[in-house]
Amino acid sequence: MPRDISIKKVLVIGSGPIVIGQAAEFDYAGTQACRSLKEENLEVVLLNSNPATIMTDKDIADRVYIEPLTLEVVEQLIQKEQPDSILPTLGGQAGLNLAMELEESGFLKEHHVRLIGTTSETIKKAEDRLEFKAAMEKIGEPVAASLVVESVEDGLAFANKIGYPVVLRPAYTLGGSGGGIAHDSRQLMEILENGLRLSRVGQVLVERCIAGWKEIEYEVMRDGNGNCITVCNMENIDPVGVHTGDSIVVAPSQTLGDKEYQMLRTSALKIIDELKITGGCNVQYALHPESFEYCVIEVNPRVSRSSALASKATGYPIAKVAAKIALGYTLDEIKNAITHKTYASFEPMLDYCVVKIPRLPFDKFISAKRTLTTQMKATGEVMSICDNFEGALMKAIRSLEQHVDCLLSYDFSKLTEDELTEQLEIVDDMRIWRIAEALRRKISYGLIHEKTKIDPWFIDKLAILVEMEHALQTEELTPELLKEAKRMEFPDDVIARLTGRGEREIHDMRHANGITAAYKMVDTCAAEFAAETPYYYSVFGSENEAVKTTNRKKVLVLGSGPIRIGQGIEFDFCSVHCTWAFAKEGYETIIVNNNPETVSTDFDIADKLYFEPLTPEDVESIVDLEKPDGAVVQFGGQTAIKLTESLMKMGVPIWGTSAENVDKAEDRELFDEILEECQIPRPLGGTVFTADEAKEVAARLGYPVLVRPSYVLGGQGMQIAINDHDIDEFIGIINRIAQDHPILVDKYLNGKEIEVDAVCDGEDILIPGIMEHIERAGIHSGDSISVYPAQSLTKAAKEKIAEYTKRLAKSLHVVGLINIQFIVCGEADVYVIEVNPRSSRTVPYISKVTGIPIVPLAAQVIMGNKIRELGYTPGLQKEADYFAVKMPVFSFEKIRGADISLGPEMKSTGECLGIASTFDEALYKAFIGAGIRLPRFKNMIMTVRDEDKEEAVEIGRRFEKIGYRIFATRGTAEALKAGGVKAITVRKIEQESPNLLDLILGHEIDLVIDTPAQGAEHSRDGFIIRRNAIETGVNVLTAMDTAQALITSLENTDIQKLTLIDIATIE
Amino acid sequence: MKAFLILEDGTVFTGTSIGSARDMISEIVFNTSMTGYLEVLTDPSYAGQAVVMTYPLIGNYGITPDMESHKAWPDGYIVRELSRIPSNFRCEGTIQDFLKEQDIPGIAGIDTRALTRILREKGTMNGMITTNQAFNLEEILPLLKTYRVGDVVSKVTCREKEVLPGDGKKVALLDLGAKRNIAKSLNERGCEVTIYPAHTTADEIISTNPDGIMLSNGPGDPAECVSIIEEIRKLYQTNIPIFAICLGHQLMALATGASTHKLKYGHRGGNHPVKDLKTGRVYISSQNHGYVVDGRRMDASVAVPAFVNVNDGTNEGLEYVGKNIFTVQFHPEACPGPQDSGYLFDRFMNMMEGSNNA
Repeated sequence: MPRDISIKKVLVIGSGPIVIGQAAEFDYAGTQACRSLKEENLEVVLLNSNPATIMTDKDIADRVYIEPLTLEVVEQLIQKEQPDSILPTLGGQAGLNLAMELEESGFLKEHHVRLIGTTSETIKKAEDRLEFKAAMEKIGEPVAASLVVESVEDGLAFANKIGYPVVLRPAYTLGGSGGGIAHDSRQLMEILENGLRLSRVGQVLVERCIAGWKEIEYEVMRDGNGNCITVCNMENIDPVGVHTGDSIVVAPSQTLGDKEYQMLRTSALKIIDELKITGGCNVQYALHPESFEYCVIEVNPRVSRSSALASKATGYPIAKVAAKIALGYTLDEIKNAITHKTYASFEPMLDYCVVKIPRLPFDKFISAKRTLTTQMKATGEVMSICDNFEGALMKAIRSLEQHVDCLLSYDFSKLTEDELTEQLEIVDDMRIWRIAEALRRKISYGLIHEKTKIDPWFIDKLAILVEMEHALQTEELTPELLKEAKRMEFPDDVIARLTGRGEREIHDMRHANGITAAYKMVDTCAAEFAAETPYYYSVFGSENEAVKTTNRKKVLVLGSGPIRIGQGIEFDFCSVHCTWAFAKEGYETIIVNNNPETVSTDFDIADKLYFEPLTPEDVESIVDLEKPDGAVVQFGGQTAIKLTESLMKMGVPIWGTSAENVDKAEDRELFDEILEECQIPRPLGGTVFTADEAKEVAARLGYPVLVRPSYVLGGQGMQIAINDHDIDEFIGIINRIAQDHPILVDKYLNGKEIEVDAVCDGEDILIPGIMEHIERAGIHSGDSISVYPAQSLTKAAKEKIAEYTKRLAKSLHVVGLINIQFIVCGEADVYVIEVNPRSSRTVPYISKVTGIPIVPLAAQVIMGNKIRELGYTPGLQKEADYFAVKMPVFSFEKIRGADISLGPEMKSTGECLGIASTFDEALYKAFIGAGIRLPRFKNMIMTVRDEDKEEAVEIGRRFEKIGYRIFATRGTAEALKAGGVKAITVRKIEQESPNLLDLILGHEIDLVIDTPAQGAEHSRDGFIIRRNAIETGVNVLTAMDTAQALITSLENTDIQKLTLIDIATIE
Repeated sequence: MKAFLILEDGTVFTGTSIGSARDMISEIVFNTSMTGYLEVLTDPSYAGQAVVMTYPLIGNYGITPDMESHKAWPDGYIVRELSRIPSNFRCEGTIQDFLKEQDIPGIAGIDTRALTRILREKGTMNGMITTNQAFNLEEILPLLKTYRVGDVVSKVTCREKEVLPGDGKKVALLDLGAKRNIAKSLNERGCEVTIYPAHTTADEIISTNPDGIMLSNGPGDPAECVSIIEEIRKLYQTNIPIFAICLGHQLMALATGASTHKLKYGHRGGNHPVKDLKTGRVYISSQNHGYVVDGRRMDASVAVPAFVNVNDGTNEGLEYVGKNIFTVQFHPEACPGPQDSGYLFDRFMNMMEGSNNA
């Protein structure tokens, strides 16, 4: 069928801020879809509130709106832009839900807009538990015994009927939010209550527990003509019970025979046909490990995280094909972009094995429960490809960048055998390491399988790795043994540790024996057809296929690895734009990255894609083959920066700011020299290695002080200490991981935090704008609300900031990007607190709101061009006509037990933007974009520390004025009353009911303002209040400045109609 | 034990011996299926060929009851890696033992992707698997160049007639090397299936007055099956509904004046898209063939193309004009591979119904 020519202007809705369960994969899918639509010369209107995405770039869509994803906004946008169609299935659950609401309300019909791709009937059939169950029953596809309940009572009754344990799944939520397994009625009540609240429609599915069955997924495509294919299947190593996003997943399935494989494949096609999906779809199954019995767990009638993974695992561009199908094409009309010979109507055949491991945030949330459940907790993931499972697993492990590089990385050797056996039942992110230890102790496969339910095939593979560890430890290292260890992808440094040799020695022994990495192509067809797409993975002991070199200059761009708190999608934005900028100037571009969710690992971004871990050894193998003329590290976050030294040793020139100057910014003493030279003040401080040294420095400076390790991103390990006790605790935490670099101790200054990104060509500097944080210093910049242009700076302060930036950039010989954070006290006392000579989190945001493409500019400068030659006037640029507010977004409700109070360590997972012609409207948009939609019940709770009481009175007065009833704990209430604010005193949580907790759980509270007492001794009460509030969906603010901003926004109720701004028009 | 795979073009791969340690010479072909190695091993169409599995991890679920015939047929078996342990609830043994029991020589631990790329570029060629470390290339290469298999259908067909009881339609299945699931697919639809050896005369079959005739898949060059083609021509002249798969499809075409030719490296795997020319629908099919009917040179008054391969445009099925006959190149019986085209057996059932009513 040819394309439907009545489609001319398409609205694509993105997925909004990155939260757990909805991450970079939708930027990848959305970007691919938009490019696919533009290929057809359609006009694309894009809506997404997330400024860090590539899809919200004016290169990707014709009209770009970074506005809150609310019904009102989409309605207004449709009226403004008058698209004829909406493509709803590429923006994750958020985009899908919005489209459904519009359809249901009749708005689309009224405005002659239609949903293209999968229809609303189909979406409803797949997403509504009851309709889905009915559809499955109609075609005889089994689902687990289940009932949709709308009350806790009904849930209890049904669970009693089918027996515990039961699984609870709220309808219409992201990443299984609020779901879980209940083993008894107490757990059921707890989870169900929460789930009912989180569901958009107040429904939760209670179902028979199939925990322990094999979890298998199929990615399926169907076109309007009814042609169906499966892109691939995937098997979760973790059996049913762990969310697939938190499971270690292998593609294709490894333990299914053809009978099982085809049985489920046929079922998946039957389902997609019955649901009449047009586009991509994901079907999840539970397969009984000892029979052919299976159940359909879930169907996602849209592009999903799993489909991003399947795309990268096979080379089949699911989002692109789904977009073409939405336009009316059939699968046999769409060319396979990899082979250019075959069509989209075929099934990829893999001749390799793919392993995905989730990146879990427990290094950020030390107090959180590490247990994995049906509620997703991972912030990102890594993928690896190899011709054997062992190798793929080893590569994926070291791609995580969590101080793990083999199965010995978590030490369970101190456990007794009984303890270890017992702990095999723990389902967490360290499970495979515990199994490896059990295998070292010769605990039988049978017992391990009984405890973990993991298939013996996978256990045997772990055993093979453990046996190799043992062989390396005990046998002579012959070339044969080395070759076998490398075939399984043991890194040189692990082999060195196990054999007691040096890493260089292993490296040299490898080269002397010809044991080097070879690269194979991902071609969708197991070499059956010649492919033209250079998408590679490494193996040892095979023929190399990577085609060598053109005569163009070659640049190596290092990606940023898995999405994690502190290093998110923004670095993928930077890497991709850098690649495009180099390509535009005629360079051959090579990307190395391991994140399957991102745009940078799409096979048509760079000239060559190496899907590999980002360790020095893995990169060296690529360098040996490709011999790039230079490497760019400043766009890939800390992951890439960390590789600088190794690249230089390999003889690869670092293009842009030199490694030596990067060091100067990080090394305390060198940096102090530079500051002195530039005559720029900074908060006093010192470097230490031990707690005693730290206490000495603190005594000299006076408390409070900031304590942090050097060379980290996202403020990891950074804390404010107010006494010696805190110092002991923080230094202890930092030193749990051996530090190569000293710890920094600085005087904490209470002032305004300012941030600047700038491009420097070695002589001139261009500052697109100055951003001001709403929260005072002490809260991580990534967790602060950031405002552009800065609101409260004097002209003198601004000038000083521009001047300091210039001096620093020149002194550090920055070529490319630099990010500087300042503290401004009083009128114009400007201190530098941090300098990062590289791209930063705010780069996409500031680029978009100022219309200055700073990544391409930085890339140009790195290639040797000058700012002046590129048509820009150096210096601080004129302020834009718009106000822009970047609001952090958190995923606290997904992480049980995480402390949500903000501090110097970053905790947000994503961000959204509010942009408007007035500050108030921009702020209002940012709050609603972040999901804070107040007022509702007009009840709030305040409990603040003593230092904040004065401000609390003012804030309380303003909330009171707009009609809020304020509940407060005794001390805060007294302060409020003394200040003339009516406050109702409530009992603390340890006191008898009704107390604070009852109030929160009563579901009629809009907001909790709780500022935790400073220091490490988190008040237990405060923690419980904050957790309970978050888990009941109450907004919690832990900083007075945020509260000020919120009330300012709420006071502006006259903002009824929002003005929508097409950022593609900002020059 | 070390083993070597020597190709006609002089390429030598070194790996580890699996299965039998004896030498073997055969035509080397590759199969891209990711599951179903046992079905491949027991598919009689692989007689006279050594199979390379492009999927690198083989034997993961061991040997299950899913054999497509009573024994393994390929001359040799070439894999990247055999699983150390099998894991499946129906597992009855390991693939290592099975290859030994079946006396199939094989080689593991070689770069199967590099081998596949050679076969793709240069076309299917002969090769030798040997465990003799002192092999002499100069002696072996001429042997490889001249090696030809002949009359493989006679080797794989059943020796005696066999009846699978059923109370529905009576189907005569001509076993040219039939996979079990063909008879099973008919039997499951209630048919009484009588399986005949390949050299059964048309008269014998016609005399039993079957409701329908099924021509199975099978190995080798179709043009060599001269006498079988003669008999099939007689079957064509009756009005009995006929459904044919793979070799059966090729033989029917040859019997009615068409020609066949050898593909460069064949279609073997479970992902080939075939388009039903009547409906425009595309189905993913299981395939295993080295030869193909010259669809364009078919006399349109005899038969018209019914299916075409979406990738390379080769013929995948024919509908015979004025006859109750249709034939397909691919495998609707699957095993291994997708079951999408299983509906063709229903179509055959309908044909048999129609012919009775007529």
